[in-house]
Amino acid sequence: MKTFEYDSPETLEETFSLLGPDGEGATRPLAGGTDLLTLMKADIVSPDRLVNLKRLGELPSGIKETGDGVTLGALTTLTEIERSPLLRRRCPALTEAASLAATPQLRNMATIGGNLLQRPRCWYYRNSLFHCWLKGGDDCPACDGQNQYHALFGGGPCYAVHPSDLAPALLALDAEVILKSRNGERRVSLSEFFALPEEGRRTETTIREGELVTALRIPPHPEGTRSTYLKAMDRKVWAFALVGVAAAVRLEGKRIEEVRLVLNGVAPVPWRVREAEGELIGSEVGGELFTHVSETALKGARPLEHNAYKIPLLKTLIRRALETLTETEVPSG
Amino acid sequence: MPKVKITVVENGFDKEIEVEVPEGSASWTPPSESAVLGKRIVRLDAPEKVSGRAKYTYDINLPGLLHGYILQSPLAHARIKSIDISRAEKMPGVKAIIPLDKKEVFYHGDELVGIAATSMNAAEEAGRAIKIEYEPLPHVAYIDQALAKGAPQVFSDRPNANPKPETRREGDPAAAFKGAKATVTATYETPVICHVCLEPHGLVAQWNGDDELTVWASTQGVHSVRGDLATALNIPASKINVITHHMGGGFGSKFGAGVEGVMAARLAKKAGAPVKMMMTRRHEFHSSGNRPSSLQRIKAAADADGKLVAWEIDGYGSGGINGGAGYPSPYVYRVPNQSRTMRDVFTNGGGARAMRAPGHPQGSFATEVMVDELAYQLGIDPVEFRIKNDPNELRHRQYRLGAEAIGWANRNPKPGASNGAKKRGMGLGACTWGGGGGPSTPVTVNIHPDGSVEAISGTQDLGTGTRTVIAAIIAEELGLQPNQISTKIGETRYGPSGGSGGSTTCASVSPAAKMAGVFAKQQLFEKIAPKLGVKPEQLALRDGKIRVTQGGPAGKDAKWDESKTISWKQAAARLGMEEVSARGQWIPGLSSSGVAGVQFIEVEVDTETGRVQPLKVVAVHDCGLVINRMATESQINGGVIAGIGFALLEERVLDRNTARFLNDHFVDYKIPGTYEMPEIEVIFTDQPERGVIGIGEPPVIPLGGALANAVYHACGARIRSLPVTPNKVLAALKGLRQQDTGL
Ligand SMILES: Cc1cc2nc3c(=O)[nH]c(=O)nc-3n(C[C@H](O)[C@H](O)[C@H](O)COP(=O)(O)OP(=O)(O)OC[C@H]3O[C@@H](n4cnc5c(N)ncnc54)[C@H](O)[C@@H]3O)c2cc1C
Ligand code: SF4
Repeated sequence: MKTFEYDSPETLEETFSLLGPDGEGATRPLAGGTDLLTLMKADIVSPDRLVNLKRLGELPSGIKETGDGVTLGALTTLTEIERSPLLRRRCPALTEAASLAATPQLRNMATIGGNLLQRPRCWYYRNSLFHCWLKGGDDCPACDGQNQYHALFGGGPCYAVHPSDLAPALLALDAEVILKSRNGERRVSLSEFFALPEEGRRTETTIREGELVTALRIPPHPEGTRSTYLKAMDRKVWAFALVGVAAAVRLEGKRIEEVRLVLNGVAPVPWRVREAEGELIGSEVGGELFTHVSETALKGARPLEHNAYKIPLLKTLIRRALETLTETEVPSG
Repeated sequence: MPKVKITVVENGFDKEIEVEVPEGSASWTPPSESAVLGKRIVRLDAPEKVSGRAKYTYDINLPGLLHGYILQSPLAHARIKSIDISRAEKMPGVKAIIPLDKKEVFYHGDELVGIAATSMNAAEEAGRAIKIEYEPLPHVAYIDQALAKGAPQVFSDRPNANPKPETRREGDPAAAFKGAKATVTATYETPVICHVCLEPHGLVAQWNGDDELTVWASTQGVHSVRGDLATALNIPASKINVITHHMGGGFGSKFGAGVEGVMAARLAKKAGAPVKMMMTRRHEFHSSGNRPSSLQRIKAAADADGKLVAWEIDGYGSGGINGGAGYPSPYVYRVPNQSRTMRDVFTNGGGARAMRAPGHPQGSFATEVMVDELAYQLGIDPVEFRIKNDPNELRHRQYRLGAEAIGWANRNPKPGASNGAKKRGMGLGACTWGGGGGPSTPVTVNIHPDGSVEAISGTQDLGTGTRTVIAAIIAEELGLQPNQISTKIGETRYGPSGGSGGSTTCASVSPAAKMAGVFAKQQLFEKIAPKLGVKPEQLALRDGKIRVTQGGPAGKDAKWDESKTISWKQAAARLGMEEVSARGQWIPGLSSSGVAGVQFIEVEVDTETGRVQPLKVVAVHDCGLVINRMATESQINGGVIAGIGFALLEERVLDRNTARFLNDHFVDYKIPGTYEMPEIEVIFTDQPERGVIGIGEPPVIPLGGALANAVYHACGARIRSLPVTPNKVLAALKGLRQQDTGL
């Protein structure tokens, strides 16, 4: 790990001036540090300076319900999310995702802002000896290498999968991200916040240099909306997802009125499957519906040499998620 | 007094000596009469360990201590053209740099340069400033690559595998295959797995003057570390003291000083300051040994009665740049007609070292799955099938006990019979091991006039509870409690000792401790009897007291003069200025070799996600006379945990293209956690008449095969390669469905 300077400002103004335009990654905001410090110790990123965010009184903190939905401050820890009765009531998918992520110790440190911005767990990426495409190199060693944990969708040039369990849940809940920089505030939907890495932007998000995530907002969902997150791991706990499925559904009687279905562990960003959603909307629960939908969801999958097992696994999780959410009818009217 | 002949090691040579043994002492007190032995004895160092007071090598801090670090090769195979340390040497905090004398590196992680600095960070920074010029050479990561036509050679002077391996034959396999009722041909694979010692390898080296060295090492062999250091540094062994009071696991990988140990001592000398060199976790994964992989092509057959008739194996194994990748096959089973060919294959991976039951887990996995395949093909109960083919009678009893405990009779014998997506199944496997003792490790017992007792031995406790074993045996002999014996072990200056490997420690140390206790008691009696006005043979020790007979010799039927009973403390006080000091040697008759074991497992397989959850393990083992029942159970629990890791999760992953180690950290090298743990039921088939036998290795052996067999029974997926991941289970189930539907 390269030695670095450390600042712990108390105002946003000071923070923004510290984050100033020193160039690519020279200064990095530090939240829980569970990802950033790991990357630094592995010599994947080597900032000159860290700016601690945890003493910033001005960053909204905690989980609050307003007329505009539920707001989560960027520094909210995964433990706070896991334990929030409000979230358990309003957005169980997020509660479940948090409780399935990492370990209790990590969840005590890890913040939601950092969770969305964590980098891929691709083992080539995490090894400083591989100067792969995502790190500015020319090619992707995973493409014809040990790719059992890699992408089915959206791959090329990078085949890494997004490691966050909370991101797909938030996407299924239609959340938006609130960002702040010295130029002011902007709000983007989570589906715009995440974007497949491209030649000129080799990251999974569209956050800009010098910008901070200050909060997340989950819009109010109509009464009766249900959500869940299912995660498959090769160890019962403390493992990144082999794959995951987040789903939010609103039923009217037996008919599906509204649905968002997001796959995890399949692409460099959380992967919403709109065609499958389309098949669900307006359909009556029952028969072979969910089996068909799970086929549709995986239609475009392009497995690599070692990850085809993810396809049957996802079909199972999709079916199970939809079944749990529609087990009981919602009285219509 | 009767005499027995024993062999001891003196100056490195075996020497036969005669020792006198008091009448009746060369046998263990029967368990029914013993006060301490065979009971559940709380580890003497438990309070120290749980409170954090126990000092491990990692905890040693000395004034002026420097941190050692070893720069490793980023390439799997390369020639070293030059190493330039000049810039690094000038960096702040850097106190010494020593390049290893190497012209070529053979695996990713191969050691290159040792650095000592005032902080780990400074040492790593210096590592980055060292300029090394490599000429990359071609490499091979896996057995199939190493055996391919025109494959690059790992070593230029040797082929990757013996092109003309010897084939061992018994009987006439070809004829036996022709007449057989069931024949299975299959390929089985086990991956390289790492020891994963929670305390990494390493040591702290402190020089006193030019040629006196004190070393705190995390080792299972203080004497082998001393020997390595004496040779490498060219100083007399008598000038080195190696200390291991507590250590965090070795599993076969921690016998020598290692590259890191010798480097720490050299750096400490060059820098003129003590050096702590603990391997980083990454270095630990790369360079501290592993269990070799195996690739086993087996054809086996049985007759209609379920008797194995023929076994043919074409076996490969790779210990990376080391050999020693062989394994037994057909393991514990008797097959009259066999043909066995084994080859070690070199690959550009970190070298293997002995790992808990070397060879057995690999051999057991393939054998047990093959045996299961044949049993199912013939429609014979897998337990009965084993009993027909396993010549060991103790194991026959163990199969029955285990089957009973797991509820074997209640299972539906048809694979995949249970309803729903989650299906339960049972499987089993057997094991065998030596675990005998030898005359390597004498024990000395001193009784002081204040009543305190110390036991001293040059052995070490690699976590198995050796300290408590010694204390318990001496306590039994002296009529005291184990916590009244202060046991000093884990330093070379405490006397000679063998390494703690091959499950031999308990069977070596216990007889010596017993004899030390016997002789100490004898000396005590001889010294205090005159002062009590009685004959030595009138005295007996029990429950912290000395009892005196009315006249005859002490013994079961003796008549006691209760008025003369005195406490242990009072008795010791009669020693006056004299101390008791007695040395005990291992003698034959108190230990033996050869154990049997059987493990059953019940699992639940989610056939839609491929996840396997172990539910219950029944581990039936024997180890002769059990000294500490709690610690023995603990050994078996530990073995089961390691067995689950091997069966379900662990695998070293090298990149096929670069031969680089991809999962050299705990996020991707997965070890089992509490949620993987099943209920574990340990059943002992005690055989106290055989004396002490080791139990460290056997319990780690059978679960690979047993678990894969349980998965088959649960859902019909035949997994022939470890670990049993969701990936493999789903693939096997998909293959199955395709077959069923004719697609
Ligand atoms: C062993 C292990 C297992 C894990 N398992 C899981 C898992 O199963 N599921 C899962 O979802 N996650 C898992 N994680 C990831 C963990 O959840 C993330 O590391 C954590 O959420 C990151 O939050 P943090 O506050 O520690 O971020 P940091 O490490 O502090 O920061 C991460 C990144 O975000 C930036 N950043 C942080 N906050 C802000 C902000 N407010 N504005 C702008 N930039 C910011 C930092 O500069 C850095 O680039 C695991 C991590 C580890 C180490
Ligand atoms: S998948 Fe992406 S992160 Fe992994 S090696 Fe390829 S480019 Fe790099």
